[in-house]
Amino acid sequence: MTISFEIPEKLLPEVEFIKGVAEWGMRPVSRELDENEHARPTAFAEMTWPFMRDTQKRNLERMLAAANGETSEKKRSGPSTQILRLMLMIEMLSWGDAGIYLCLPGGALGGAAIEAVGTPEQKIRFLSRFAEGEVPAWGAMAMTEPGAGSDTSAIRTTAVFDKDTNEWVLNGEKIFCTNGKLALEESNGLVVVWATIDRSAGRAGMRPFVVEAGTPGVKVTKLEIKHGIRASDTAAIVLDNARIPADNILGSPEVQRGEGSGGFKGAMATFDATRPLVAASALGIGRACVEFVKQTLKENGVEIPYDQPYHKLTAVQRDVLEMEAQLKAAYLLTLRAVSLLDHGEPNNLESAMCKAKAGKVVTQIGQKSVELLGVLGYSKETLVEKWMRDGKINDLYEGTGQINTLIVARRILNYSSKELS
Amino acid sequence: MVSFQPTDEQQQLINAIRRYSTDDVRAIAHESDEGGGFPADVIETGWQIGLVPTAIPEELGGLGEMSAVTGVLAAEELAFGDLSLAFNVMSPALFAYPVILYGTAEQRETWLPLFLDEKMPRATAALLEPGVFFDARELKTTATKAGDKVRLNGSKAYVPNAENADVMLVYARDSENGQLDAYLVQKGTPGVSIEKKEDLLGIRALPTYRVQLSDAEVDAPCRLGGAVGCNYENILNRGRVALSALAVGVARAAFEYARDYAKQRVAFGVPIAQKQAIAFMLAEMAIEVDAARMMTWEAAWRIDQGQDAAEITKAAYLAKQYADKAVLQVTDSAVQILGGYGFIREYPAERWLRNGRGFPMFEGMAIV
Repeated sequence: MTISFEIPEKLLPEVEFIKGVAEWGMRPVSRELDENEHARPTAFAEMTWPFMRDTQKRNLERMLAAANGETSEKKRSGPSTQILRLMLMIEMLSWGDAGIYLCLPGGALGGAAIEAVGTPEQKIRFLSRFAEGEVPAWGAMAMTEPGAGSDTSAIRTTAVFDKDTNEWVLNGEKIFCTNGKLALEESNGLVVVWATIDRSAGRAGMRPFVVEAGTPGVKVTKLEIKHGIRASDTAAIVLDNARIPADNILGSPEVQRGEGSGGFKGAMATFDATRPLVAASALGIGRACVEFVKQTLKENGVEIPYDQPYHKLTAVQRDVLEMEAQLKAAYLLTLRAVSLLDHGEPNNLESAMCKAKAGKVVTQIGQKSVELLGVLGYSKETLVEKWMRDGKINDLYEGTGQINTLIVARRILNYSSKELS
Repeated sequence: MVSFQPTDEQQQLINAIRRYSTDDVRAIAHESDEGGGFPADVIETGWQIGLVPTAIPEELGGLGEMSAVTGVLAAEELAFGDLSLAFNVMSPALFAYPVILYGTAEQRETWLPLFLDEKMPRATAALLEPGVFFDARELKTTATKAGDKVRLNGSKAYVPNAENADVMLVYARDSENGQLDAYLVQKGTPGVSIEKKEDLLGIRALPTYRVQLSDAEVDAPCRLGGAVGCNYENILNRGRVALSALAVGVARAAFEYARDYAKQRVAFGVPIAQKQAIAFMLAEMAIEVDAARMMTWEAAWRIDQGQDAAEITKAAYLAKQYADKAVLQVTDSAVQILGGYGFIREYPAERWLRNGRGFPMFEGMAIV
């Protein structure tokens, strides 16, 4: 191996294609979908469904082949580029519109959980809807509750096994479920719901369950009105004696006591894969801001130099250079976390680092962009104020900046969650 | 293919320098800082790592491998030991690398074999100028043609090891056409005087000097690259990347020290590292060190790829800007975490803060 930042050429046509989607399918409807929160992004879903469906079909086939012990078609030479490809696509889609990007048809975080811990049978049963058919479907993940955000061990939603009917019975309330409405009401989708099968076991008693659209007792009770990413719905879901088949549990129904045991650790590990992708979304918004600010400044006679000493720069130039440097730093940290995943290496630390950094950076860049553009920046005439609002979510979901900083701290100090809480 | 894994050879180099930095350098860094210099034998050991001979072309007896990525990996490890020491060990390259890159055949044949010696050659370069508002693109030092000679006039600051240098590269602006060039100036050239030893906030174990050029006359063929000249921008960029790597090394030293300290220092019944106020500072420090390193690697990689000059300049400039800020922030946090001990000279954190503060001023003092 050698240190290299070379993006494989084979990924470039796809990124270019996504750029077209962003320019022609997202930017023109950005404002409209921001102002009509909870409107179904019909045109975007229809445009992207064939591409997403076929991608997810190939992905599903690959997973099933791997489960059968078959190596993929041709023997792979060197590391994968799968996550890198996702990173670049998400960055570009979010450059288009981060809210609409979240409405991309597919399994999303729910699908990711099933991919990570589902059996081959579960993968076929649950993921096929994202890989075939004429109409789009969405997946979602429901973890957060009114009393349980970053502290997932406080989750109160229960899953009780009913021996007589061979079903799990779920009860509880979930909030902040991204795409909950698309998954449960707007398509034949599914939500992966986190519930405890043994409250006394704490985290070890937590399990993810697949709840499909149309399940009696599952209801979207509220759609949040949000600061940003308004094109994407954020739902509250009530589970009132919702009955699901016994084999809709992801992972083992046995509880093994002790921290880090059971399904919880496995699920937390999926964050190592998803956090860099949230960072990637932040990077896309940040780039949109920086590009727009630079273009507007240029049209107004201000160029950004890359070879001037500090004393020759104006305050505006310094701000823009700082934005660019910070964005690039976040990009490179994300690229590293992604590259480790693609090489099959652990990336828990690097993943938390890039998420903490990118969430903070996109927040600062969005806010600074509005400021730099002054009267224009604060106005809805341009999309910059919207990007500022959209950017902030990346410092909140998939672990707030503080939670990710805490993970970094534990890793560098070699502390358990008990030693550093 | 994206990868963050150094080659096996690079890893061996890193390991070797890390051992040297940890065992030989750290042990005497404090007394060297107080005393104004490192012992000659320790510097010689650093020289024998052999980076410059590796870079010298094969036809002149070297290995012909000049990689900016390898250079920044080595620079970080050297500065992890001590920044003054790193500047010291790397100072001959300030002369050798531009000659390797842009020297005429004669300049290369005359000078480069000296750098194959096991003993560290006495060579350096003079770019910075005294006063406020230094701008590398608008040097005040001038070069004026006078028949088959060139006269150099001006003042140079922070020139490493100038007093003992047998030869130095002096950067100057052509007084006629404004072109920026380097001149090979030998010891004893009339009109060159070593004015004084600089007395600086940091890097106190590196002897640096103010150099005065008063109608200092060199033969016209002493212009680096002869009639063609040099690619000044590229020399600056290689310098920016080298300095960024050194900043990363200093920052990492401070981070690791503060981390280890926080794990053993007990307050209110627990190690202070178990307090979020401290743990979060350490996490931020770790992120900034890694971010600055990634910026540095990427810029160095672009140099090795021979990318478009504008791309390299942008990457090197942003890397340096980032690392300049990161090293100050991280070293300051280290002092803060050490509390009162951070303020005491016997502990290394305050030295790292003083050294770290210099990076925005440092230019042309290192090269990869």
